[in-house]
Formats: sequence, C-alpha cells, structure tokens
Amino acid sequence: MSETLSSQKAYGPVARKEDARFIRGKGTFVDDIALPGMLHGAVLRSPLAHARILSIDTAAAAAHPMVEAVITGEDLAERGLAWMPTLSADVQSVLATDKVRFQGQEVAFVVARDRYSARDALELISVDYEPLPVVTDARLAIDNGAPVIRDDLGQGRSNRIFDWAAGDKAATDDVFARADVVVSQDMLYPRSHPAPLETCGAIADFDLLTDRLTMWCTTQAPHAHRTLYAMMTRLPEHKIRVISPDIGGGFGNKVPVYPGYLCAIVGSMMTGKPVKWVEDRSENLMSTSFARDYHMHGEIAATSDGQILGMRASVLADHGAFNGAAQPSKFPAGFFHIFTGSYDLKAAYCEVTGVYTNKAPGGVAYSCSFRITEAVYLVERMVDLLARELRLDPAELRMKNLLRPEQFPYTCPTGLEYDSGDYPRALHTALELAGYESLRSEQAERRERGEYMGIGISFFTEGVGAGPKHEMDILGLGMADGADLRVHPTGKVVLAISCQTQGQGHETTFAQIVAAELGLSPDDVEVVHGDTDRTPFGLGTYGSRSTAVSGAAAAVVARKVRDRARLVAAAMMEVSADDLEWDDGAWRVKGDPEQARGIAEIAMAAHSGLDLGPGVEGHLDAITVYNPPNLTFPFGAYICVTDVDPGTGQVIVRRFIAVDDCGVRINPMIVEGQVHRGLADGIGMALMQNITFDTEGNCLGGSLMDYLLPTSVEVPSPELGATVTPSPHHPIGAKGIGESATVGSPAAVVNSVMDALAPLGVKHADMPLTPAAVWCAIQDASKEVEAPDE
Amino acid sequence: MQITLTVNGTEYSRVIEPRLLLIHLIRDELGLTGSHWGCDTSNCGACVVWLDEKPVKSCTVLAAMADGRRVMTVEGMARGARLDPVQEGFARCHGLQCGFCTPGMMLTARWLLDHHPDPSEAEIREALSGQVCRCTGYENIVRSVRWAAEYEASERAADQL
Repeated sequence: MSETLSSQKAYGPVARKEDARFIRGKGTFVDDIALPGMLHGAVLRSPLAHARILSIDTAAAAAHPMVEAVITGEDLAERGLAWMPTLSADVQSVLATDKVRFQGQEVAFVVARDRYSARDALELISVDYEPLPVVTDARLAIDNGAPVIRDDLGQGRSNRIFDWAAGDKAATDDVFARADVVVSQDMLYPRSHPAPLETCGAIADFDLLTDRLTMWCTTQAPHAHRTLYAMMTRLPEHKIRVISPDIGGGFGNKVPVYPGYLCAIVGSMMTGKPVKWVEDRSENLMSTSFARDYHMHGEIAATSDGQILGMRASVLADHGAFNGAAQPSKFPAGFFHIFTGSYDLKAAYCEVTGVYTNKAPGGVAYSCSFRITEAVYLVERMVDLLARELRLDPAELRMKNLLRPEQFPYTCPTGLEYDSGDYPRALHTALELAGYESLRSEQAERRERGEYMGIGISFFTEGVGAGPKHEMDILGLGMADGADLRVHPTGKVVLAISCQTQGQGHETTFAQIVAAELGLSPDDVEVVHGDTDRTPFGLGTYGSRSTAVSGAAAAVVARKVRDRARLVAAAMMEVSADDLEWDDGAWRVKGDPEQARGIAEIAMAAHSGLDLGPGVEGHLDAITVYNPPNLTFPFGAYICVTDVDPGTGQVIVRRFIAVDDCGVRINPMIVEGQVHRGLADGIGMALMQNITFDTEGNCLGGSLMDYLLPTSVEVPSPELGATVTPSPHHPIGAKGIGESATVGSPAAVVNSVMDALAPLGVKHADMPLTPAAVWCAIQDASKEVEAPDE
Repeated sequence: MQITLTVNGTEYSRVIEPRLLLIHLIRDELGLTGSHWGCDTSNCGACVVWLDEKPVKSCTVLAAMADGRRVMTVEGMARGARLDPVQEGFARCHGLQCGFCTPGMMLTARWLLDHHPDPSEAEIREALSGQVCRCTGYENIVRSVRWAAEYEASERAADQL
C-alpha cells in the first residue's frame, strides 16, 4: 500500500471531463443518432398475461405504404432466433411463437420509414389469442395445480425453477435450539424497476456487402453484448461492433440483451438499412428487467442479553415468465447468502426457491450486487425486530454484534470472505453525526406530545467487483477486465477500458487513476470506452465493478508503463535500472533524487533514436488483463429520521445520515454524488416504487403516473460521513461505491418508520410504505391490541 | 400543415403532420438533440423547453401549438462561448451524472432565477419537483442552482458599483 499512498496527488474532487458536453446539450445518446436511410422499429406487445397464440395476421401492416418489414416469431424461427439464451441458463422468447407469458411480451416487430408510421402499423396487426389461466403470485405459482407457464421446457415441468441452499443447516438448527430468543418475520421485498431516465434502445446497422454489424446500443456491457450477439446470430464476432455511446442511466436495467435489440438486428438484415428501436416508458417498465420480488421468511436467534447466534432465511424468488436474472454468480440467488450481514454469528442457513409467474422476466441487480439488497434488508429488519423483542436500543444491539476489525479477512458462515472492515468505527461515526443521544431524547419528548418520530439504523456489507473466477461467469465468460494504455511521444496518454459509464464519471476517475500512477495531470489522460472496436475485452459496468475491476486494471497497466519507462530512464541517465526508484512522479537515481526523468520526457526518449540497450523494445504502450482475486466489501452505517402522520399515514424523511467506507476514494466528489443517488433510490423503494399486478396479470405500474419515482421534495439533503478502510487485495485499495446507498438505505427508512410507529404496536409493514400502507398497518395493529384473544 | 417558429433565435418553417409532438420536431426535424424524451406522461421533465417565456414539457405539446411562437432549448442557453450561470453551476457543483435530465433541469432553473433570483433550498426543490433525476438524488442540483443564484447576485452587485 505504501506505493499507493505516495501516488495519490491526482486524487481529489476534480471537476468532471464529461460535463462540458452535457451542460451544452451535446451528449450523444442512442436516440440522438440518425444514420442516412435509417428506419424505425416498433414492437407489438401482448395485452394478455397468459394466452395461446392462435394466429397472427400481418397483411394489413405489411401493406402500409411506409412499412418496409413486419417480423413475427415464425420469421425469427427461420433464422434460429425466435428464442434467445438468458444470462441465467434459461431461454426467453424473442417474438412469441406459441404462447404469451406476460403482459407486454414481444409478439411482432414492424420496421417503417418513420417513428410514427411504425406505431401506426402495429395497430394493423391482428393477433388471435386464446386466454389461459394466469398466476402472478409466486406463492400460488408453486402450487401443484397452478397453470404451467413454461410448457416449452417439456412435459411435467412445474413453475419451480430452482431450489438452492447455503450454509450449515444442522449447525444452524442446533444454534436455534439452544437460543434464549428466536424472532421470525415474513417480509416481501416488492418488485421494483430501475427506470433509468433514458429507456432502452438500439440502432442496428448490418452491411449486406461486408456482413458487418454495427450496433449502437444502450448497454452497460458492450463487450458482453458483442459476444452474445455473435452466439445468438452466429455472425462472426470480429464482424460485430457494439457502440455504447452516452447512456442515460442504467442501474442494472441495461445489462441484459432484450428482444427489441435482436429485432432491430433482424430488421436491418432484412432491409439492408439501419434500424432504430427505442422503447417507450411503458415498454421499459412493463417488459424490461425488473428487480427484487423476494418473498422472505427470516428468523434470528439470540441470547437474552443480545448476543446474536444465528440466522435462517427461506425465500420464494419470483423470476417472472423467463429466468432472465442478469447476475453472473454461480449461485441462482446471487449473493443472497451474505444475509448474515455485518455480524459475528455462529451459524446461518438459507434456502431459496425460484418460481415462474406470468410477469415480466428478470430480474436485474438494480443498483446493487446481485441480491445483496434483499439480504441486507432482511438482516437489518431482523436485527431491529430482535432489538424490540429484547427491549434493547438497536444501535447498542448492533454495536454488540458487529464484526471487529481484527476478525478480517472474515469468512462468513455461508462462505464469503470479507476483505477488510472497521465496522464499529463506521457506526460510531454515524451515531455522532446524527447526534443519536439527543435524537432519542427528542423522540421521547415528541412521544409525550403524541408525535410519531422514528430513528432507523441500517448497517450493511456489500460484496462488489464481479468477479472472481471461482464464483462468477456470464455464459462461460470469466469476469476479467482488460486495459490498454498508449503513451504518445509527448507524454500524453490514452487509456482504453472495457467498462462503460452511465453517468459514473469514468472519463474523469479513470484519468485520475492513471495520472496518479504516472505522475501526470488527469488532463493528460484521455479515457476511451463504450466501443468494442476501440477497447479491450471486459464485462462492463454493473454491481459496482468498474473501479473494483477495471479501475484495478487501469492502475496495473499504468504500473506496467512505469516499469517500461524505468528501462528507458536508465538508458537516458546512463545508470542501471536497479539504481532507480519511482518517487514523486518520476524515476530518480537512488541517493541523488535531483537526477530524475518524468514520464513525458521518457516517452519522447522511448520514441527517439536513443540506444535503449539490449532487449528494450522502445515506446511505452502496455496492455493488461485484471482478474479480481476476490470481491471487495464496501460497508456503511446509515441513520434515517422520519416523521409519520398517523392520521394520513404520510412519512416525511427529515434527515438521512450516511457513513460509507468504500476504501480509498479517488474522486470524493463523484463518490458523494453516487451516495446521494443511492439514498434517493432507497427512499423511493422504501416509500413509493412498486410494480404490482392484478390477478389477470395486468401491470399496475406501467407508467410514471403509477410507478412513482422520488422527486426533489421527497428526498432530504443528506448528511454524509466517511471512513477509509482500504481493500487489501485491490491495487489501489478501492472498493466501489456505485450502489452502496441503494443497498443500505431501504432498511434504514423502514426501520425508522417502524420505530416511529412502535407506540402504536406496529412491528412490520412491507415496502413501499405509502400513506395507505402505513395507515393500514396502524389500523391492523390497533385491531390486534383490541382483540388479544384471537 | 405548415408551421413557422423561432428556436433559439433562428426561424424555421416546416411542413408537419398535425399530430407531431414538439419534442419530436425539435429532436428529429431540427436536429437539436439536447432536449430528451423520457416518459410520455409529463412526469419526468427530460423534455422541458421554453415556449415563449415558460418552461413546458414538450412531449405533451403539439408542434402545431408552437406555430408563431418562440422556443428555447438547452442549445440556446449559452451566449456564444459564455455559459449561462446555471450551466456553470451544474458543472461546478457536480449537478449532473448521466446528463439525461440536465437540459430540462437547467431550463426550469433558469426560469426560477429569472423570476426569483434568491430562492431558498425549499423553493428550488419545489420548482424542480415536476422533474425526475435518477442519478443525483437532487442534492447537487439544488446546490448548482444556489451557486448560480449567488453568482448572479454578485454580478448584479458589481454592476451597481
């Protein structure tokens, strides 16, 4: 680490390079691109959640004067593209051939000369459906008598996708049998949607002369998409170029390959012209990957003085109609088994059953690392329920059970190895920032006055930076990231990376990483990304993996350049390379530090006629591939203060205190911006966001009028703090921050509301805590108080 | 039908379908892609432009309704190389991440400061509450607008000297 600590001059709150174009309206998003002769595609979607397709009549649409092609599942079947593999070893219908299995499923694709005509022609397609029984509740879908959704998988298949377990069942049962106290609770982490402000879309441009496909696409993982398009279309991969230009937010939504992308490709192959497809907001909410939808049963065991002994969880995971879960771990429930959280307990066991329902397929890691949000929510709710049972302060109970710094690296009861942490320090920092003691006093005073104020704590451990080969892959692709660093003769450098920014500021942060390693200014470093023809292979941006994996690659490749520069510097100064040391941004002669050469002058020499000595190639360019040895484990302590109106059920989030430890911070301004985002996200999930369905499978969250996203008036001004515990295995000690706040904050909000309502006897209510949900929880609790014998 | 409108000071005449939305006219016909489309239902505000003197959500305005009127988009905010203080504030205060909502946010903020040069944090939040940002949690957007308000106040003070 000493090498790291000496080289951080370029770190700090550097203004973003990206902003110059965005504040002028000069960004380039997929829908901003217009190619000569470009056509427009539109998808016909199923109005029914479960129905057999009897016939599709496209004649009238095809006869529309502006229409150039109408594509159905049968057309795709001729090309072997009616079905596509998902990222979770399932298949998904691209355009339905046999049945539709969720409302909004893709049935046909129209290619027309303009946006409006494509939509008009959808109205001219006639589909004859035979409605089938619908099941949208995972608890009913698993029944033997439930309608079978995936009859395509063969005779005798039920709606059960997988059964998976982690931990030591016997040891956990033993701990529970000996515990003084066991608390259990059912809870739903409701279906949510990442809803980036830019919806998903693509422009496919297939050149009939060269068989070359160029794909502008809203993807968080351009290289993974290229390989997937090659596998699906059987086009040779070197003839495919995926360009992911400016992306208007992703949050996991833009990881998978969606049917619309493939339809655009086929549309371009059929017409020989570029085809643009951009979904509208309802299509985005109703058909692209959702998140969560976990029915969880949690149990926590403890001694009567508050020593937590064990955790059990049993989960029914609703994956919708196709298992399109975009998660690369080798575990079907991602890293849900991190559900022991941040605590030192003796044993834990969880089991997860995946289920098909007549709902949109998924799910994605919505600003989180693969089911860790669900796990954190479960454990943090259970700890609060335990605190209430034991009449202990929830901060005190947590402090008593948090892992201690000397326990790291720590292997949790289900097998994940946490890299580093100082949890008590983070919680102390948050309690101090919040003024916890005085908040509790204020709460007591308010309760005297009949006011309902809540203080909710959440402590989370994330596992990010996908990922180590032994635990992760995407359809067989390991999760290493390449980096390519070119050093021009004048000492300016170009870093090409495989991951893709959707607003995280990679063009700035990655320039800082390289600048720090080479003694340059971030202005001397250009970052190239989002174009598979110009960047090395790697698996993209999600699960907070950019800094954790590509950031590591950037540091490593810069150090390779530095090593090459050392040989050139030795030739320049006519000394042995062994006599040089890197210090303060230059190679210096040991014992004579004034004799030094910086990267710029070394670069010029490396390109010059100077005799560099035997075996020294010249130039300074380098490439690398970084294979993460483990995940990194960011953590944090959050405190949420709410005021609840028991008459209306309205929750006001008054304060939000967040202390994050993401290891070394490269650009603290960008780090804090990421935390701000996640807190808003968590408040949205806890209080507003919900994708629900009626019993016929109609999506009730299909527009932003129904699916409520937090605005500036629901989100308070957050109060942030930081601790820094470097990752011991990351080249610059960084851990990743993109999603910590989304993971950690919902539990703090719900714990706060439950704390506010404790005097009314409310113990638990499921998210989102809308005024109606809170009001009902209060009514239910008062009924229980009135009728204790029931 | 034929319409004539002025966008960022330039007059355009176009023959359009009566159903054409203003956002599509601006983006697809005039090539000004700084204004974005995000939701269809007037909830997100990615499409906010000024119609005459007021911010409107151009996904729910027909292009025909802009006939004979003036439109300002994000591309018209700067005066040559000189950024509007609101644009400057967004860059200085990290008021944007992906940049998709940014044009709409800045245009509403410009209107706010024109009518209310010294808004409180609560007033800024209220003014922007019809628009959605998925990246910033709004905090740095509020700071950006405050920065612009303070900068413009100092400019006014300097003018009076």
